[in-house]
Amino acid sequence: MTMRPEQLLIPRREGLYCPPGDFFIDPVRGVDRALITHGHADHARAGHGHVLATAETLDIMAIRYGDDHAGATQGAGIGEQIRINDVTVRFHPAGHVLGSAQISVEKDGLRIVASGDYKPRPDPTCAAFEPVPCDVFITEATFALPVFRHPEATGEIARLLRSLARNPERAHLVGVYSLGKAQRVIRLIRDAGYQQPLYIHGALQKLCDYYESQGIALGELRPATVEASAKGDFAGAIVLGPPSAFADKWARRFPDPLISFASGWMQVRARARQRGVELPLVISDHADWDELAQTIEAMSPAEVWVTHGREEALVRWCQMQGIAARPLHLVGYEDEGD
Amino acid sequence: MNRFAELIDMLAFTPSRNAKLVLLQEHFRTVPDPERGYALAAIARDLDIPAVKPAQLRALISARMDPELFALSYDYVGDLAETIALAWPQKSGNRAGRNDAPGLTEVVETLVAASRQAGPALVEDWLDRLDGQGRYALLKLVTGGFRMGLSGRLIKQALAGFGNVHVNEIEELWHGLAPPYLELFAWLEGRAPKPVNAAAAPFRPVMLSHAIDKSDFEKLDPADFVAEWKWDGIRVQATSERGVHRLYTRTGDDISATFPDLVDAFGFDGTLDGELLVARLVDGGIETGSFSDLQQRLNRKSVTAKQLRSHPAFFRAYDLLQDGDEDLRGLSFLERRTRLETLVSTLDPARFDCSQMLAFSDWNALAALRANPPLPVIEGVMIKRKAALYLPGRPKGEWFKWKRDPFLIDAVLMYAQRGHGKRSGFYSDYTFGVWRAPGELVPVGKAYFGFTDEELTQIDKFVRTNTIERFGPVRSVRAEPDLGLVFEVAFEGINRSSRHKSGVAMRFPRISRLRWDKPPHEADRLETLERMIDTR
Repeated sequence: MTMRPEQLLIPRREGLYCPPGDFFIDPVRGVDRALITHGHADHARAGHGHVLATAETLDIMAIRYGDDHAGATQGAGIGEQIRINDVTVRFHPAGHVLGSAQISVEKDGLRIVASGDYKPRPDPTCAAFEPVPCDVFITEATFALPVFRHPEATGEIARLLRSLARNPERAHLVGVYSLGKAQRVIRLIRDAGYQQPLYIHGALQKLCDYYESQGIALGELRPATVEASAKGDFAGAIVLGPPSAFADKWARRFPDPLISFASGWMQVRARARQRGVELPLVISDHADWDELAQTIEAMSPAEVWVTHGREEALVRWCQMQGIAARPLHLVGYEDEGD
Repeated sequence: MNRFAELIDMLAFTPSRNAKLVLLQEHFRTVPDPERGYALAAIARDLDIPAVKPAQLRALISARMDPELFALSYDYVGDLAETIALAWPQKSGNRAGRNDAPGLTEVVETLVAASRQAGPALVEDWLDRLDGQGRYALLKLVTGGFRMGLSGRLIKQALAGFGNVHVNEIEELWHGLAPPYLELFAWLEGRAPKPVNAAAAPFRPVMLSHAIDKSDFEKLDPADFVAEWKWDGIRVQATSERGVHRLYTRTGDDISATFPDLVDAFGFDGTLDGELLVARLVDGGIETGSFSDLQQRLNRKSVTAKQLRSHPAFFRAYDLLQDGDEDLRGLSFLERRTRLETLVSTLDPARFDCSQMLAFSDWNALAALRANPPLPVIEGVMIKRKAALYLPGRPKGEWFKWKRDPFLIDAVLMYAQRGHGKRSGFYSDYTFGVWRAPGELVPVGKAYFGFTDEELTQIDKFVRTNTIERFGPVRSVRAEPDLGLVFEVAFEGINRSSRHKSGVAMRFPRISRLRWDKPPHEADRLETLERMIDTR
């Protein structure tokens, strides 16, 4: 007897649930058995009985929540076949942040891939997204509107360096989320040939250290503390920190700070202006509109389920292509992170 | 186009006012005529390109992409030009994205000379050739909708600073000038004399008031002030010169065509400041209509004979700026007022009267008047310094408004909708309800402002963690007797409404306080709102 997709995975209050395997994917509250796609806080939470995730994601959860964040943990190798009750699961790279994975769930010849967050374009700080043939593809929709077309990240970094050259007296404060975006932006700055020390907010330190330990060289990073040095030392420096810190007193310690923010949301002018961002950098760790479309076309699943973000638009696009699609309306995920 | 597009982007993202002034002045200094004038016209929204209208831009994009996907995008971004600029699917051709579209001067002059048939095709070709930044600038240019935190005042200050003249000189000249402002720049650069204001009946920048604060009263001596009712119409300027009659809004928009009944009655030569109302002369007295009566006449391109009869326009005069050839703005309020009374006494009493002066001995006496206005269309009192000159802008300490207290109710948040544009990341539009029966909330209104950015973040968090259901951009949230979020809602008036489920409609509702402390079952009941209709 063949399975219907709704018997293999269904949305519940806690998250996406697999009845035959009795596990959740990225549950938003504590459950007995959780499979985690990646380490961002809305997907990876503390307090589960048992967590199955890639080794990097488990390390990141331990860095963020402590070693005792779950009752027990189990590392999933990339491509490794793991049986949970009658269900076979596999983890495949998602290209979102270090350790991020899509989770393939398979039973009786039916395969659903829950992609978590993903981006198909190259990122020097994590393994490349790998399309996995499947019957049902669960896609995110963070940037699922035709207005979101992310430019090449290298071009955005070039704009940052040009602004630095034009404003040598101003400290450039670049807002980056602490997991993934921070390290990617640092790596891109290095690849653009900038070798001077970069200054980082304390919130970025541990994860930068972790990326280094995984063989991702970030160059010389110094703490962005004014106590240690005079204010003038930051003139013309690049300082990276979580965007929330920039609204704070923290930012005022720097000389004539120029506020920048690296995020896919910077595509919308009003969003940049609202945050007082003077130099918006459109750098995203999510698939943009064209990449969502290309990914779905390339995988040609029988059905697409769309979650967190602008579901309506992507569902509409799928219908126009003759692909069955529906929104999942999972509650509890950030549709704003990036 | 590139130089102009760059200016637009720099202006848009530079937060500091001073830095914007520097950018504008730098542009005036380095860019030659006539391009700098066209750039000025575009950002001052003084450029009219009749060959291309927003509907035609929508048609262009609809021919290239699915209209439903475009509608979803537009709803999210909240700005037509920006949405098209971002979503524009370029035709692949050898010139695509090469950014080789013509410069601003050629674009403007070509479009101004173009017919309505030719305009859209020109724009389409340029859109294919420009990059995203250039597309945005071009679309903003043709739609004429630059809103980038640049007030008209700031632009005029940039010009004043550029030419080292007083900003009021620019203000007064402005309405008589046309793009690309060659004679203005020539004067500002000292190459030519000051342009003579060619336009008769120009707009004169208006004087505005500050909201009074309780602590202000201790510092103000009632003997130095006069008071009058604050009427709930729209503030206008009526000006008449060399046979030209103009009715302006307080921002200088010419609305003469909408109010021919009033404008035809301009039997004076000068400039009056006052309130536009709907009112009629009945048995020697004036019967003043409500703001919703006035709304029947606002924003209409043409007005019917029936509307002229049923909703006659009326001017309640507050001040006199110009009397014949004489500029009165340098006189005190009391001196101007005497002249005003003399002038208004000669006008048609069915169209003009003078705002009544209120007698009061001290602030408590005025407070008593404010608490009991004779008509619902009065929204408070105005307090004016007897010695005040007529100063454009919002000078400190001269004029004060003291609005009546708003109505207040406690209501429960029921639905939240994602905002647009800068608030597209937040659930910022709220539908709130009151109890019709125990356990039964009925929605009574919507509000999307009145809270701080910090409070918005808190409400957004509440919405996300207490969502019951999602319907596209709307979420329903938990609103139960013991769990939910109570808003104190302030509003200016309430009417019966057959269009609303609750049977009531509020005027100008906004969130005045968040009542995290209050359990929803203590929020107001529908009867309380119904009683408010009866009291005013």
